[in-house]
Amino acid sequence: MSATKGLTRQQMADRVAREFQDGWIVNLGVGIPTMCSNTDIGDRDITYHSENGVIGYGGVAPEGQEDLNLVNAGGQNVTLKPGAAVVHHADSFGVIRGGHIDATVMGAYQVSMTGDFANWKLKGQKGGGIGGAMDLAACAQRVFIILEHVTRDGLPRLVTTCDLPVTARGVVTLVATNYGLFEPAGTGFRLREIAPGLTVEEIRAATGGTLVVADGLKEIATT
Amino acid sequence: MTQRTKLRSSFQEAVADIPDGSTIAFGGFAMPGTPFNLIKALMQQGAKRLTLVANTTGGAQQPRMPDIGMLVENGQVAKVICAFTAATRPTDVLPFTKYYESGEVEADLVPQGTLAERLRAAGAGIPAFYTPTAVGTELAEGRETRVIDGREYLLEYALKLDYAFIRARTADAAGNLRYHRSQRNFNPVMATAARTTIAEIDEPVLPLGAIDPDDVHTAGIYVHRMVQVPPEPDGIWPARRQEKRR
Repeated sequence: MSATKGLTRQQMADRVAREFQDGWIVNLGVGIPTMCSNTDIGDRDITYHSENGVIGYGGVAPEGQEDLNLVNAGGQNVTLKPGAAVVHHADSFGVIRGGHIDATVMGAYQVSMTGDFANWKLKGQKGGGIGGAMDLAACAQRVFIILEHVTRDGLPRLVTTCDLPVTARGVVTLVATNYGLFEPAGTGFRLREIAPGLTVEEIRAATGGTLVVADGLKEIATT
Repeated sequence: MTQRTKLRSSFQEAVADIPDGSTIAFGGFAMPGTPFNLIKALMQQGAKRLTLVANTTGGAQQPRMPDIGMLVENGQVAKVICAFTAATRPTDVLPFTKYYESGEVEADLVPQGTLAERLRAAGAGIPAFYTPTAVGTELAEGRETRVIDGREYLLEYALKLDYAFIRARTADAAGNLRYHRSQRNFNPVMATAARTTIAEIDEPVLPLGAIDPDDVHTAGIYVHRMVQVPPEPDGIWPARRQEKRR
């Protein structure tokens, strides 16, 4: 991962976390999305929901102080913030399906120009790992995706049409990669912000769909 | 039958009569709430051609705890109904995956919220329901959908169980249960969906009346057998996960 251009994993997470608005209920997927909870977003009050029914968890517990019966979606032993609540699994997915999640942040293999995304099954694989991704994708108010801009083989992950089995269709509204911040806009990807050190032409060459540069393109702040 | 008869003296005794071909659900999400001791007892008991229901088949994390992948490896399983037949990270390997890919064991891959709701529906007498989850994906291919108020929904059926294996922190003699933190997860809905629910309990079972009725998470009417988990090494408890270097 260290050889990749542009933003670090934490910087990608930071950029997405800065979209969170005061009072939002947010669900973070495993991997890079988990890092959104490390971002300093000032005094905005965010409630983090984990699919196993933990509403209002905090940071990872310090070593030696873990409650081994308390984990987040990634299985990490987390802490609870004052005011937290625990519900059972069917209620937890009632929170999701009922539209009570303001934003979910997930990783993905591919995102399409029309806002489809794929994150549960590789090419040629029998079965896969769905977990809570399909419920979150179909039902959260906003679906944000964080992923490396290209595969290890250099192939684009932002594509015209997903050729992997999709998790949901037409739901993604924001994509952060190590190259920039994008919006699937139907006929192309709208580049809203560019990572330091990248050029529009480099991004265009590494993107599978049409790239539309937003008026007033900004550089992503990385501090 | 008196309520006292719910307490069993061993996990072996609690699972002794489970017949071949049973459908058994296992609570747990990562380590919390997983009935490790009942899984181990079922491996020793040896029932075969089982259908297992759980969030995941397990085994991707270290240390490896008793998981339903071990029942598969033990040759006891015909089918698994779960939200993961493979791990989320392609670099993690579930021991179950090769049995599924070779066709030795069947699997139904179900989105996690749909799995929880199918269990809830079974326990609540709802035969089927519509959900927006998985619409437009290959899971919905060839299946019944319906447009309600302009949105497309997928028909899903209740999932009834013969047995539920669950784990809770506290119980009273009536089988009323309380869970600690995220130990709760699937356990309450699985308890309602099963004809026979067997609970492993962290703490000594309390006398009737020791849990305030307002504080009960799973009502004792759903719990049929209980076993208290002994201290280590005889009992199996959640462990500290070893973080992998990535």
